[in-house]
Amino acid sequence: MISITVNGRAVEAEEGESILQAVRRAGISIPTLCYIDGLPPTGACRMCVVELEGDGRLVPSCSFPVAPGMKILTHSPSAISARKTIVELLLANHPDDCLYCARNGSCELQGYALELGVRQRRYSGSRNDWKMDQSSPAIVRDPDKCILCGKCVRVCEEIQGVACIDFIGRGSKAHIGTAFDEGLNVSSCINCGQCIKVCPTGALTEKSSIQKVMDALNDPTKTVVVQHAPSISVTIAEEFGMKPGIDAADVMTAALRRMGFDRVFDTSFSADLTIMEEASELVQRITKGGKLPMMTSCSPGWIKFVEQFYPQLLGNLSTCKSPQQMLGAVIKHYWAQREGIDPRNVFSVSIMPCTAKKFEAGRPEMLHDGIPDIDAVLTTRELAQVIKTFGLDLASMSGEPADTPFGDRSSAGKLFGASGGVMEAAVRTAHYLITGKELDLPRINAIRGLDGIKEASVNVAGTEVKVAVVSGLGNARKLLDQIVAGRNDLHFIEIMTCPGGCISGGGQPVHTDPEVLKARMQALYNIDKDATMRTSHSNPSIQRIYKEFLGEPGGHLSHELLHTHYAERDVLR
Amino acid sequence: MMPGLMDIKCCDKCWNSSSKVCPESVECIKEGPLCHEDKDCGNARLSRVNEFLREDVAAPVIFVGTGTCGIGAGAGKTVQAVKAWIAEKKINASVVEVGCVGACFLEPLMDVQLPGRPRLSFSEVTEKNAAKILDSVMAGTVPAGNLIGQYDSPSGKLQPWPGVAPISSHPFFAKQTRWVLRNCGLIDPTSLDEYLAHGGYRAYTKVLRSMTPAEVCDQMEKSGLRGRGGGGFPTGRKWKVALNSPSEQKYMICNADEGDPGAFMDRAVIEGDPHRVIEGIAIAAYAIGASQAYFYIRAEYPLAIQRLRTAIAQARERGLLGRNIFDSGADLDIKIKMGAGAFVCGEETALMNSIEGRRGMPRPRPPYPAVSGLFGKPSAINNVETLANVPDIIWNGADWFSSIGTEGSKGTKVFALSGKVSHTGLVEVAMGTSLQDIIMEIGGGVPDGKAFKAVQIGGPSGGCIPSQHLDLEIDYESLKKFGAMMGSGGLVVMDEANCMVDVARFFMDFIQRESCGKCIPCREGTRRMLEILDAITTGRRDEKGHQSLERFKGVINLEQLGTVIKKTSLCGLGQTAPNPVLSTLRWFRDEYEAHVYERKCPAKQCKSLLAFSIDHEKCVGCGLCTKACPSDAILGAKKSPHHIVPERCIGCGSCMEACPIGAVSAE
Repeated sequence: MISITVNGRAVEAEEGESILQAVRRAGISIPTLCYIDGLPPTGACRMCVVELEGDGRLVPSCSFPVAPGMKILTHSPSAISARKTIVELLLANHPDDCLYCARNGSCELQGYALELGVRQRRYSGSRNDWKMDQSSPAIVRDPDKCILCGKCVRVCEEIQGVACIDFIGRGSKAHIGTAFDEGLNVSSCINCGQCIKVCPTGALTEKSSIQKVMDALNDPTKTVVVQHAPSISVTIAEEFGMKPGIDAADVMTAALRRMGFDRVFDTSFSADLTIMEEASELVQRITKGGKLPMMTSCSPGWIKFVEQFYPQLLGNLSTCKSPQQMLGAVIKHYWAQREGIDPRNVFSVSIMPCTAKKFEAGRPEMLHDGIPDIDAVLTTRELAQVIKTFGLDLASMSGEPADTPFGDRSSAGKLFGASGGVMEAAVRTAHYLITGKELDLPRINAIRGLDGIKEASVNVAGTEVKVAVVSGLGNARKLLDQIVAGRNDLHFIEIMTCPGGCISGGGQPVHTDPEVLKARMQALYNIDKDATMRTSHSNPSIQRIYKEFLGEPGGHLSHELLHTHYAERDVLR
Repeated sequence: MMPGLMDIKCCDKCWNSSSKVCPESVECIKEGPLCHEDKDCGNARLSRVNEFLREDVAAPVIFVGTGTCGIGAGAGKTVQAVKAWIAEKKINASVVEVGCVGACFLEPLMDVQLPGRPRLSFSEVTEKNAAKILDSVMAGTVPAGNLIGQYDSPSGKLQPWPGVAPISSHPFFAKQTRWVLRNCGLIDPTSLDEYLAHGGYRAYTKVLRSMTPAEVCDQMEKSGLRGRGGGGFPTGRKWKVALNSPSEQKYMICNADEGDPGAFMDRAVIEGDPHRVIEGIAIAAYAIGASQAYFYIRAEYPLAIQRLRTAIAQARERGLLGRNIFDSGADLDIKIKMGAGAFVCGEETALMNSIEGRRGMPRPRPPYPAVSGLFGKPSAINNVETLANVPDIIWNGADWFSSIGTEGSKGTKVFALSGKVSHTGLVEVAMGTSLQDIIMEIGGGVPDGKAFKAVQIGGPSGGCIPSQHLDLEIDYESLKKFGAMMGSGGLVVMDEANCMVDVARFFMDFIQRESCGKCIPCREGTRRMLEILDAITTGRRDEKGHQSLERFKGVINLEQLGTVIKKTSLCGLGQTAPNPVLSTLRWFRDEYEAHVYERKCPAKQCKSLLAFSIDHEKCVGCGLCTKACPSDAILGAKKSPHHIVPERCIGCGSCMEACPIGAVSAE
C-alpha cells in the first residue's frame, strides 16, 4: 500500500492501480464516459482528468498510475472547467431531442450536463448528420447521438470477440460503423446487445416491438399469449426503482394479465422441456457415439457466432431449439389445438433478457407450416415501459400464479437465467436418465458464479463426465480454439453469449456493476435452494406433454417441432 | 557480385572473406589494416576507398539531383538529356543520380566532374540547357549563367577551376553545419560502397565489437542528443529505459511518418543517404537489445521507400543485418511498414497501433513505449534525423557532438525552409543559430522586397515567431519560451501579405481534419475553434440569422477553449493543436481585433472581409470590371466612372484583377 493525498486528505492506494480506482474506493466520484471496469483504459473521453497539485497538470485518472506522495485535486477549478467544456463540446454536436430519447433520464451525458451545471449552448456550429441504422432486427444505431466513447467497440471486440464495429473516418467526421459502413444486418453483429448496455447515450437501443404487441392486444381476433424468460422475474423490479435481486414473478404475471394478455406462460417450463431433449441428446451422443463435446444451443448470439466464426463446430451444437422457440412451437401446435384455436390467430409474445432473441424469432428455421413460433419479442426494458404505459405499479400489486399448462416449472429450468444453469439442470436430468437415480447433491458449485470459463467433472454411474461452462463469447473463443486445436476431454459445454448469462443480457436493465449481477444471480440460486421441484424430469406438466403429445424425448414430433439445424453463414468479418 | 570495399584483402595476413567475416573488417576499410602494420597495405586500401570517394575521377561523371524535389522540378528530363548527350558525343562518361543537396530553389541541379578537376555544380539545368552546359565544360570553360560553384579538393591535388567560387562560400551553404546531410546530394544513395567509403557502418561494427549496450546508451546520453521529431526527449535516456525493461523481445522503431505541412527533411535524408539511417537504427537496436526493427514510413514517399528497400537488401546481403551480425551474437532485421498517410500516425503510440494492424489512434501514456510499446513489448522509437545523427556520435565521440550547440540542445538541426523566402530548401545549422541567420542569410530573406512578418516553426503543432524576435537563437528551450516548438523542423516564412488569422485558420483546418477522433477535446474542440476562426474571417454579407452573435460568443470562448484542448487532449497532436491560434493571438492580437471589431483584414487576405470600391478619379469606364463581375454588382455608363453596389458584391475580387489601370481598391 502507498499513501497519496486526495483533496488534502490522505488516501491509501495499491501500487500499480490507477488514480481513479484509488479515488473511487475513497468514496469520491469522478465522472467517466469511456471507462469500463475490468478492461484496460483507453483514455478517450478525458472526463476523468484530475489536477496534479504543484505542476497544475491535468491527467486522466483512469489510466494514470498512483505514485507515492502524489497529491491530487479531483475537483479543482481547472478540472471542473475542463469537464464542463468537454460536456459542452459534446452537446454542441448532439441532437437537442432528449425528450424523444429512449435514454431520457438514464443518459450519462445528460446526467453529467446536469451535475456540471451546463445551462446554455456555449458552442454552436455544424452538427454531424448521420443516417440511423435500423437494418438490424435487434439493434438500432443512431450515430447522431454517439459521443464516440468507444465502449461498444471494445465490448464487441474485447468481451465478445466479435469486433463487428470500429471507428471509421478522421476528425469530426469520425464515427462508429461496420465493415464498409454497411448495415448491422449484413455485418458480423451477433445481436447480443452488450453494446447497448455500455452505451452512455441513446446511440444504441433495441429495435422496439412494443407497437406490434400493443396492436395485437387491441386486436379482438387474436389470442395473445406471453411467456417470460427465467431471468426476467429477477431483474424487472429494478426498472421500478427496487433493489436488485428481487423475484417478481407473480406480480409480473398479474401485470401481464392486466395488460390484456390472454395467457401468461413461463419460459422456464420450456427450459425444462429443453433439458429433457438436450439431456437425452447428450446421453445418446455419449452412449451411441455422436459428436462430442456437445454444445448448448439456447443462446441465439452464440448460434450466429458459431455460424460465422466456427462453422466447423456446427455439428457439435445440440440440435435443440432454444426454450423460447420450443415454447413458441408447442403453444401454436399443441396448446392451440387443445384449446381449439387456429394457430394463425394466436399471437405469441416472449419477454426476453436478450436482443438476439428478436433475431432468433425471425429466423427462417423457426417457421413451421409458414407459422412463426414467436410473433414478437420484448426485452425486459421494453416490458417495463409497457407496464408503465398501462399505469401499473409493480410495488403495490399482488401476485398471481402463471397459467397452466406452461406455467409449471422446476427450479432447474429457472436456473437457465444464470451462466451454468443449463449445465446444472442438464446434469441433474442426465444423471437420472442414465442411472434412474437423482444426484445426491443437486447443486454443482464449480459451475456457479460469474467466472468466464468454469469446468467440472461429474461422476455418472462410474463415468467421469467432463463439462465446461462459458459465458461471454471472448471467453468462448479461448475454449473453442483449444477444441479446434485438438482438445478432446470434454463431453458437454454450456455457452452463453453474455458474460454471466441471461441475467446480464443485452435486453436487461442497463447496469454494468458486477454487484448488481451477483444479486440477480443469487436471486435465481435462492429460488432453486427453496424449491421442492428441482429437476426438469420431475415436472408433472413436462411428463404430461410427453404423454399426451410428444411421445418421448428425441421422438419424431420432438424433432419436427423442437429441434433444428444451422448452417455456415458468410458475413463480412 | 562485383567485389566491393567489404571484400578488400590487402595481403595474406588479412583473413576476411565473405564466408568468414572479420569483425574489424568494416573499420579496416578506412583505418586499416588494424591487425598488422603495413604502410603499403594501408595505401592499397585507401586507393580502393578513393575510387568510391570520387575526389578525383578517371572519366567524366555527371551527377543529377533526382530526389523527389528534383524530379518535381524536372530532373528526370535532365537525366534523359544528359544520357542523350553522352550517347551523341560518344564520350566515356557516367551519370550518377544523387539525392537532394538541400538547395531546392536551384533545382534541377547538375554537377559535373572531370578528371583532375573539382566537381562543378549548376542550377536549373533542364533538358533544354543541359547539353550546352556540358559542351562548354568539356571544352574547358565554365558557363557563368547556371553556375553555383565548385567543390573543395580536400587533398589539394586537383586543379581548381579558375574564377569559380567555392560552393562553400555560397550564401546558402556558408553558414550551414552539414552533419546529418553531409552525404546528401553528393553520394550515390544506391551504393553501399560509397557509404562505406565515407566511413559508413564502422560505428556500428565498432559498437558490436567493443561496446556494451549500456555503454552505447551512456555515450548517447553524454552527447546530449535529443529527439529531432518533436518532443526533444533525450535519446540516450529513452534507450536506457528500454534497455532496462526486461523482455525476451524488444522492438526498435524508426519514425519516418513525416506529416507536418512543409517538412521534408526525413524524406531527403532517406532518399539521399539511406544507409546512414539504417546504421543509426542498427546501433539503437543493439543499445536497447532489440532484434527486430520497424521502419514506419508514409506510403507517399515511394522513392524513399525504394531507396530504403535497396539499402536494407544490401545490408542483409553483406551481413550487416541478419543473424549473428559480424559474429557478435546480435541479430537484427528491419521491416518496412508503410503508413497510409494519417498525420496522427506520427504520434508514437498511434504509430505502434498502426504497425500492429490497428487503427492509428494514440494510447494513453504511461505506460511509455520504452516500457510497454509495440505488441506490448519495450520499444524505442526515434525519428529519422535523430537516428541519422547516431553513427557519427559513436565514431567521433560524445564530446565531438556536444562541442556545438547550446546549453540544453547539442549538435545540429535540419530545417525545411519554405514560404516567403528566397532560398527554399533544407538547411542544417548548429543549434543556437539565430533565426536571422537562417532566414535572412541562408534563406536569402523575403523575396520581392516585401517585409518579413513572422515564421511558423514546428508545423501545425508549433507557433510563430514575429519579426521583433528574429534574433532568437533556436534551441528546444528558447522556442518553448516563445510559445513555439522545434517540432520536426519546418520553417514557414510569412511576409506582410500574410494574414495571421488566416494562417492560424489554415493550421486549424489541417489539425481538425487530421485529428483521429478519439479524444473529445481534440475532435470536437478543434472543430469549434476552426468554426470560430471561420466566423472571424467571414464578412457580414455572408452571415445569416444569429451568426454575428455567435461570432462574438466564439471570440469570447476561443482562448479558453484552446487552453482546455491543450491541457486535456490525449496525445501530442491534440495537446499542441491550439498552438497556432494561441501563438498568433499572443503576437498578433491586433490583427484578430481588426478582424473582430473593425471587420477588416489588414493583410487583405480574408477576401470576404474586403470592401471593394472604384476610384472615380482613375476609372476610365472601360467596362472590363462589369464583364468580370459574377454578381452584377458594378454599375456605370460606358466611358464614365463605375460604381460597386456593396449589397450585391460577393467579394470575389474579380473586378480588381480585371481593372487594367488599378482603379479598384479593397479595404
